[in-house]
Amino acid sequence: MYVAVKGGEAAIANAHRLLAARRRGDAQVPGLTLEQIAGQLSLAVDRVMGEGSLYDPELAALAIKQARGDLIEAVFLLRAYRTTLPRFGHSEPIDTGEMIVERRISAIYKDLPGGQLLGPTFDYTHRLLDPALAGDAPLEAPETGVDTGEKVTRVSDILGDEGLIEDDPVTDSKRPVADITRTPMEFPMQRDARLQTLARGDEGFLLALAYSTQRGYARSHPFAGEIRIGEVDVEVMIPELGFAVVIGRVKLTECQMVNQFQGSAKTPPQFTRGYGLVFGQAERKAMAMSLCDRALRAAELGEDITAPAQDEEFVLSHCDNVQSTGFVEHLKLPHYVDFQAELDLVRRMRAEHFASAAKADDETDVAKEAAE
Amino acid sequence: MNAPDTQTQNLASYNFAYLDEQTKRMIRRAILKGIAIPGYQVPFASREMPMPYGWGTGGVQVTAAIIGRDDVLKVIDQGADDTTNAVSIRAFFAKTAGVATTTSTPDASIIQTRHRIPETPLHAGQVLVYQVPIPEPLRFLEPRETETRKMHALEEYGLMHVKLYEDIARNGRIATTYAYPVKVEGRYVMDPSPTPKFDNPKMHQSEALQLFGAGREKRIYAIPPHTDVVSLDFEDHPFEIQHFDQPCALCGGEQVYLDEVVLDDHGGRMFVCSDTHHCESRRADGHRGALLGDEPGQDKEAMA
Repeated sequence: MYVAVKGGEAAIANAHRLLAARRRGDAQVPGLTLEQIAGQLSLAVDRVMGEGSLYDPELAALAIKQARGDLIEAVFLLRAYRTTLPRFGHSEPIDTGEMIVERRISAIYKDLPGGQLLGPTFDYTHRLLDPALAGDAPLEAPETGVDTGEKVTRVSDILGDEGLIEDDPVTDSKRPVADITRTPMEFPMQRDARLQTLARGDEGFLLALAYSTQRGYARSHPFAGEIRIGEVDVEVMIPELGFAVVIGRVKLTECQMVNQFQGSAKTPPQFTRGYGLVFGQAERKAMAMSLCDRALRAAELGEDITAPAQDEEFVLSHCDNVQSTGFVEHLKLPHYVDFQAELDLVRRMRAEHFASAAKADDETDVAKEAAE
Repeated sequence: MNAPDTQTQNLASYNFAYLDEQTKRMIRRAILKGIAIPGYQVPFASREMPMPYGWGTGGVQVTAAIIGRDDVLKVIDQGADDTTNAVSIRAFFAKTAGVATTTSTPDASIIQTRHRIPETPLHAGQVLVYQVPIPEPLRFLEPRETETRKMHALEEYGLMHVKLYEDIARNGRIATTYAYPVKVEGRYVMDPSPTPKFDNPKMHQSEALQLFGAGREKRIYAIPPHTDVVSLDFEDHPFEIQHFDQPCALCGGEQVYLDEVVLDDHGGRMFVCSDTHHCESRRADGHRGALLGDEPGQDKEAMA
């Protein structure tokens, strides 16, 4: 005798209670504060803000805490909140040339106006685990300098003055700026929509694609023209006032990749750009983004499309980790109705297979007997 | 009708049925366009929802856009009201919209479903909302959206017939058992979502409005009531649905879709209705299958 199982509702409630307990961990240990997460795991917070497309360190810290440190889950939490917020408009283009830089390096000049500024980087650290960090030993205060007021010219502007690099694409200011959160993806995609998509794309996915271009799958001979990290003003045009007003500051990482280009019948040989811009300090992501952006310009620059990184539909349809994780993980949901249909088909096909094999055997037996 | 809840405004308040009214308007426009062009996939600006992509975000957005305070909602997954994701989505609307919910097919004004169409025929005024993972029936033949849109525009469906023909050439039959492609009102080839092909005939000339939402793929499509929905086939290989050799082991129902339940590790199996409401209401009417056990709840139901 069989009694059908019920109880999904109670099971879900219990699972969530257990999750809450596991999230909290050992109750004897003090719980994490949002200040601790935002202050001491700030690169995780930056990644969640970037891929979550919402600049709010406190909410990102909350999302990380709620997600038990699962950053993709945290990105998802932030996105699901962001999508409910009203859209007031868009900012004026930010001017990264006016950035208050904390880090600025160029790999293509030894020295340049504004200087090389390492800033808070892992570069040149030796990756030796530091037992001292297990405790909370007091720190030496970091060195500070005086603002010299020297303008930190963008490397692309230095190259551009000589015509060695293509100009920044001129955008039609009358055309409304794309918003991938308000319009469905459409191919071929304009560069504004593409850069938005890449900016919130998964760091790991873009990193692997960028790496593939370096290993010969759409090689573009890149140089890190400039990477800068720092704060910029965000301005919004207020129609009632008729001028732009600064509404706040955001920390950004910008990467300008300079790539070889042979020139064509129409244009003389010059360098081309790949561009990366990400919320917070996210250097790896910005560099990967700029390599992917350059690879995706293949059609525009008349290059052969031979590699995955150049394939717009492939890259842009699959770089969003909230979408990817949702669909991959949905395989956990019950599929037994469809599976039943497949079971039925496979059983019938197997039965036919064995029946026809048996029939073939009989026929060969008959043939053998006849031959004997 | 769906004015924002001003009484419950607090720090983190959400609109009636979660989505803001602008978003609902955008989705309703897509739905109306879908109804006007049956079977055509309308792109829409799908939102992130508080459940993952692939878990019904398209269906949830469609339901959120059409649900009103007087609606009665039923949610099923695999035909069952009590599967975890159905429970979760039903709870979501009970919480964010405060609407009445039901497990009864005839009593529901909106039925959101994943993978099944209820056995009880739907009636006029009902809306069936499907959760759709991959809305493009041609996707596995042509991965590029730019190409498939062109194929739909030119009504170029030869590739699909070739695929079905190759099935027959290889397997002696069309080896598609679910998400079986249909032609809607003689024009668009449409993916019915991964319902078993058993359910395809129920879509044809249905009295209810059928809406399809694909959140991750950002598409909505629709079949208005009394629309022709024809499963693709060949004259010499006509479309046919699954048949089960035995009736439901709990309610004795025939001509219904059955789930296989593994009883033990010696190959013991039983087959029961996938549509839990259908099965329960038949048992309440006194029908008994071969393996039906007694539990207190059922006696009460039977007495009521």
